[in-house]
Amino acid sequence: MTQSPRAKRSGLTLAGRQAVWAYVFLITPLLFFLLVRIYPAFESLRLSFLDYRSPLTVNPFIGLENFQEMTQDATLHRALLNTLLYAVIGVPAQLVLGLGVAMLLQGINKYKGIYRAIYFAPYITPIVASAWVWQWLLNKNFGPVNALLEQFGIPAQPFLGSPDQALVSAAALVIWQQLGFQIVLFLAGLEGIPRVYYEAASLDGVTTWTRFRYITLPLLNATVVFSVVIATNGFLQLFAQVANLNPTDQGGPLDSTLTVALYIYRMAFQSSKMGYAAAITVLLFAIILLFTVFQLRVLRRRVEY
Amino acid sequence: MRKRFIVAIASLTAALAVAAAQSQKTQVVYWQYQFDSKVNLVNDLIAEFNKANPDIEVKQETFPYDSYIAKVKSSLGAGQGPDVANLFYGWLPDWVGSNLLQPLPASFPAKQLEERVGSLVKASKINGQYYAVPTAVRVLAVFYNKDLFKAAGITSVPKTWTEMEADAKKIQKSDNGKVSVAGWAVQPEGQDHHLFREVLSRQWGGKPYTTDFKKIAYNSLAGLEAFKWYTGLIERGAATRGLDLFPGSGNAYRDSFISGRAGMIVDGSFAISAIRNGAKFNWGVFELPVREAGGLRANFGSYWVHGLTPNAKGAKLEASTKWLKFLTSDDVQRRWLKAIGELPANTVLAAAPELRKDPIYGPFIASIPFARATFFVDEAGQRKALSDALNSVWLTKTDPAKALESAASGEQKLLTDFFKR
Repeated sequence: MTQSPRAKRSGLTLAGRQAVWAYVFLITPLLFFLLVRIYPAFESLRLSFLDYRSPLTVNPFIGLENFQEMTQDATLHRALLNTLLYAVIGVPAQLVLGLGVAMLLQGINKYKGIYRAIYFAPYITPIVASAWVWQWLLNKNFGPVNALLEQFGIPAQPFLGSPDQALVSAAALVIWQQLGFQIVLFLAGLEGIPRVYYEAASLDGVTTWTRFRYITLPLLNATVVFSVVIATNGFLQLFAQVANLNPTDQGGPLDSTLTVALYIYRMAFQSSKMGYAAAITVLLFAIILLFTVFQLRVLRRRVEY
Repeated sequence: MRKRFIVAIASLTAALAVAAAQSQKTQVVYWQYQFDSKVNLVNDLIAEFNKANPDIEVKQETFPYDSYIAKVKSSLGAGQGPDVANLFYGWLPDWVGSNLLQPLPASFPAKQLEERVGSLVKASKINGQYYAVPTAVRVLAVFYNKDLFKAAGITSVPKTWTEMEADAKKIQKSDNGKVSVAGWAVQPEGQDHHLFREVLSRQWGGKPYTTDFKKIAYNSLAGLEAFKWYTGLIERGAATRGLDLFPGSGNAYRDSFISGRAGMIVDGSFAISAIRNGAKFNWGVFELPVREAGGLRANFGSYWVHGLTPNAKGAKLEASTKWLKFLTSDDVQRRWLKAIGELPANTVLAAAPELRKDPIYGPFIASIPFARATFFVDEAGQRKALSDALNSVWLTKTDPAKALESAASGEQKLLTDFFKR
């Protein structure tokens, strides 16, 4: 490539200039990211060492007291356990259902678009509306789900009204709601698998299960890893669905659906314990980081083409 | 090209300067949570006030109830937000502790406030100072569905809790464990935690707190008896949880009443307009029952207040004070009652004969003189401590004595933390 006189003046090749511009464009979102993501993260680390109430008050440094308080806080322990349960129930369910539906959707040719739209609809339905409808569906005295159960002679279940059933009922809402997103991921992943492998397999006359086990699943590994990480992070930060499922007693009944994120909100804005809330944020950040690194390490290992 | 650019800049600057000169008006930002009838009335009031005070411009901004506190806290912390804000009296200790309010200026003397509002106002005195002006007083009473009463053959309203329970049993209908009509829709997170604290615990011979509000006292033997009576209502077939009747609602007990699914609810005077607009049946109000005929009358009184935030300084403070004076004037208070249905925080206005005789307002007005306001240090936290205890008896069959003890210790921790701070 010959250099133009202009480029000589600036001392850069065309490729070099393109790279400079690429950096300029890249730096803008990076700055934004630093300002609205990284800076607040460090700020909350700072707040976690203070008895912080409000920016308008004197907020003394109290060292690790907030973290010590966390070890004694039974409600926080409950929230941590609940959050873990949400992830343990929700992530596998989302993955299995998401992959299953995606494979079924891939298999049909007629009305493909309509089916895909139907499965994606919950994902774009406002959470408040979904949560509201969910409560009515599952209501003990008037809900259609209980009416259906009654047909089979099963007594009315309290679902969201019972500390034992509420968490699973809430998790079901989240799974249903996030399913559309998982399906889209898996559909994209499935489309990316070269047809030739399947053609070769059908020539060899292997079973459907073998095809799934030895072609689809290994070649979907990158998608699965991404799905697991995204779904886990979603459940670990669960907030809006739970807050809307029981607006008068968010996280209830009896804190049985309380998540860590909801508890942070409660501490910060209802009890004015901003410093303590910040300390829990730091804990949640550490947990999510740990989970993500662990998942990337363990699941990535199996990627082999 | 360059010349035209300079001309454009110059004219833009000039335009901005003119605009700035025109907006010499002092701006007062007023915040309250979204409640249609209140927002509409305040819009009308603002129009009048701005017209009468051409040098001031009041601007109203509203937020959904659920995010209101969070908005106020985060905005004021960043030096933004309201100059004048509407808040529940139970939030005062927290807001004052977080420096979200400044003490009322001298033009609101304490003595005058106490005379105007009555003894209830004392629950909002913090460090010997008042930080806000009460605007609407609310007390509790029982709303009842006259049609359901008639259908159950009940001819007069109950005077004692025992009678009320018996009537509720007659009204409640259930089939196969499913309740289609509740006798009494209960909701601890609604007004019922107040009912237990300030009414039942007293009527059963105890008291909710020590007089300085520093120690929980409802976990006495008397308190436990009251607690057992109330929590037993569901098992005895007189009451149903509001959330089991009308899910998805922030006020499930009230909405189940409005939809005709409950014979009675205990609710505040602020519910009058919602029930009036929603209920498609004959309904009425009676005063909270007593334990035995002629026994102790008790009620929970609460109120909303208006306060000045640290943003109101200098000329803004002057303008904000003027707006606050207008908002709490007798004339506006009268209109507040008509438009919203909240009782004026003014003993003289509330004692007006036409109000006392009113079949709906009457039972509420009659309760104001003996109503008491709880001193909340963490309103949401304290509510939750007690409502979780009540719910745990119903949902996990927790022993009432144990449940009450856990409410008391949970709430005591909040009080202790507050007074330590």
